[in-house]
Amino acid sequence: MSTTATRYPEAAIEADKEVPIIRITRDFRATPAQLMKAHTDPELFVRWNGPETVSSRIVEWDVRDGGSWRYISTHEGQDHEFRGCFHTVGEDKIVQTFTWMGMPDQVSLETMWFEDLGDGTTRLHAQSLCDSFADRDAWLSSGMEVGVNEGYKALDRLLEAGEL
Amino acid sequence: MADELSKVFAALADPTRRDIVARLAVSDATVSELAAPYDVSIQAVSKHLKVLEDAGLVSRTREAQKRPVHLEAEVFDLMTKWIERYRKRAEERYQRLDALLAEMNDGPAASEPGDDIETPQEGKAS
Repeated sequence: MSTTATRYPEAAIEADKEVPIIRITRDFRATPAQLMKAHTDPELFVRWNGPETVSSRIVEWDVRDGGSWRYISTHEGQDHEFRGCFHTVGEDKIVQTFTWMGMPDQVSLETMWFEDLGDGTTRLHAQSLCDSFADRDAWLSSGMEVGVNEGYKALDRLLEAGEL
Repeated sequence: MADELSKVFAALADPTRRDIVARLAVSDATVSELAAPYDVSIQAVSKHLKVLEDAGLVSRTREAQKRPVHLEAEVFDLMTKWIERYRKRAEERYQRLDALLAEMNDGPAASEPGDDIETPQEGKAS
């Protein structure tokens, strides 16, 4: 695959204008198999999924086509439950549904694909298809509430400097 | 704040309204100028403008009959900020994954938290 020189050492995000999709692209110094493992091994997954202020416990984690997953994250004494279904678990691709049980009727379809860049790095392509623009935008705006206090000032400086 | 942003996104979910915004990014325009490229009535365009106006995306001056429509660029800055905050959160999550992957590379026994991965961050590694 002719991947050009563009690198994503930091997450790049795109909110599609035509369909309610959020796309994230990020490069990792790892193999696709390692990324796959970090996403599917429940013990590894909880170690990186949430910030340190959030502890998560896996309730259900059946990694196979059609298997279910469910975990509860505790943040400042409040439990948040997330659940979904592993629709497809391939060698370098995961397709799954995702629901925050605070809005149990809203289901997003997540596709994660790990692209081997051939030099010891792997590109993660993560796409979330929400069921409406309102749902997608609720997700985007939820970025306000969790774990974003640090870095706000730096971010504002970047925005002011027009670097974003 | 959340409602404000939802309104903006909802207003922009419609292709005609996005076209109108794109047109207004070039310069202010009157309702009839905005309606010209579309096969719709001036009333229909006015309806779209009302939605954009409620979302704070455009404003209309009160001067004379022409009342040109003006794009409020600051609202887009707000959107950019919100999306950037979401991105920032995703990035923090992936930095934790970086650390985990570095451990996996080193094997379970030897985990080097300071392992040098070429990420363009400030040198705040311990």
